[in-house]
Amino acid sequence: MARKPLIIFLGLAILLLLPIYAAATNDLYLLSLSSRMLIYALAAVSLDLLIGYGGMISLGHAAFFGLGAYVGGILAFHYQEFSLFFGLLPGSNQALIVWPLAVLISALAAAVFGLISLRTSGAYFIMITLALAQMLFFLFTSFSTYGGEDGISLWQRNDFPYLDLDNRYHFYYLCLGLLVGFVGLCQRLVNSRLGMVIRASKQNERRLRALGINPLPYRLVWLTIAGAGAGLAGVLLMNHSHYVSPALLHWTQSGELMVMVILGGLGTLYGPILGAMSLLLLEEWLNQYTEHWQLVLGPLLLLVVLFARRGLYGLLAGRGARDG
Amino acid sequence: MAEPAALLHVEGLSKHFGAVTATDNLNLHIAPGELHALIGPNGAGKTTAVAQIAGELRPDSGQIVFAGHTITDWPIQRRVKLGLARSYQITSLFPQFTALDNVALAVQAHQGHSLRAWRNAHRDPRLREPARLWLEKLGLAGRDEIPAAELAHGEQRQLELAMALATNPRLLLLDEPMAGMGSEDSQRLISLLRSLKGDYTILLVEHDMDAVFALADRITVLVYGQAIACDTPQAIRANEQVRTAYLGEQDV
Repeated sequence: MARKPLIIFLGLAILLLLPIYAAATNDLYLLSLSSRMLIYALAAVSLDLLIGYGGMISLGHAAFFGLGAYVGGILAFHYQEFSLFFGLLPGSNQALIVWPLAVLISALAAAVFGLISLRTSGAYFIMITLALAQMLFFLFTSFSTYGGEDGISLWQRNDFPYLDLDNRYHFYYLCLGLLVGFVGLCQRLVNSRLGMVIRASKQNERRLRALGINPLPYRLVWLTIAGAGAGLAGVLLMNHSHYVSPALLHWTQSGELMVMVILGGLGTLYGPILGAMSLLLLEEWLNQYTEHWQLVLGPLLLLVVLFARRGLYGLLAGRGARDG
Repeated sequence: MAEPAALLHVEGLSKHFGAVTATDNLNLHIAPGELHALIGPNGAGKTTAVAQIAGELRPDSGQIVFAGHTITDWPIQRRVKLGLARSYQITSLFPQFTALDNVALAVQAHQGHSLRAWRNAHRDPRLREPARLWLEKLGLAGRDEIPAAELAHGEQRQLELAMALATNPRLLLLDEPMAGMGSEDSQRLISLLRSLKGDYTILLVEHDMDAVFALADRITVLVYGQAIACDTPQAIRANEQVRTAYLGEQDV
């Protein structure tokens, strides 16, 4: 049981010291890759809230991820072009304006998606979330102003007070701070009264209703929070890659996030961080040998699902893996 | 025989599944503080009747009046808020939660505030203390931190009852609370139900005739969805119709 705090401590220590190693070896690519891992980890943790704790198997999480990125991208685009959004609103490059807006719009989208999809469950829920996300994907591919299928390229990252986001070290530590903050928030959420209702609804919905609780409004709130988290990850990724494209909204992106959660460990909060990092590292490494790296990923995922009930994190942490 | 003082009135309740009549023009009146038993052979429609009163099944016709409200079309949650609670014939718990978490959630369901997202519910004395008291009362003291799935069968039945009680109900629907219990556990549960008698109004569905005759104020006998008798235990014991239809071969 005491393994869990040790793993978290070690993990955090490695993440904190990583830039020092990168500086010593002058490996700037490592730092950039690690920032990307932190961002995907944030998105994966938000999906774990849904799948791991709420039993809401969403195959449309990329919608909120991509939407967050597009909010940032569109505002930066108008800022670069000195043009107005719908002829009304000016663009912005201020992180403190853009990021909250991205989070808010992703959360709103999640609430709307939830109102439509949460009346269903099981396979129907999977299909509806998939369909809604694909609608957004096709919507954005048709926006010729914003590059259509090619997306938007950006000149620079957002302006953040006291930090220079184009400095890789600053950006890395900001991503790490936001990830730690979000995981801390999730920790509180899953152990709160709301979290108890959500986790109970996953285990035995009929019993929950018999206790007098209709899970629907709580699931809606939960989905909204998860959508907000994914939106934050999206706007960070847009900053990281100076680029936004509809590929971020595609269902394969949702699938990739789901693989991260399952690989790392469902319902563990920390597992998805491990899952995101492992998957991106694996992709990076196998890509050196073959472009068909997914051929290796498939069997690996199969092994994890068959033999490690709580994913990679479960292998490390043992019985205490589950959080709360 | 409408009794205006009754807490629960069931009038002309009917439910068909295809050609099968599971509930056939059932009338039931339960007075406040009464322990009313519903008995009948397998397939008599006892669980179906309970499910309709609890709100899990919609009746084809008839009416259910509880505490002065016609609740026939109400969803489950609304009935629970009015004070209906049930336990299940087949144990229905939150298997990964500890025993204490199971009851704490029932307390929370009664208290509300389920949108609170910041405070740790595991350390909230307003949830934990009442939950602990219920576990103690149901003989589960010291089992607080055991996941429900790992409790013995008898303990799971006790936990189920603790959860129903923790919602502070005015009417308890107990669907075979002794199903699958050993005789020792059964005896303990009988004495527990006896101690609850009077404080709670209870509709008890049970196969264990010792329990039924020891506890019930009145008994309704259900055969093929129809109530063929409703009377005191003594009268039911003496009832010829009941003997032939149901108790016939049993030694009562």
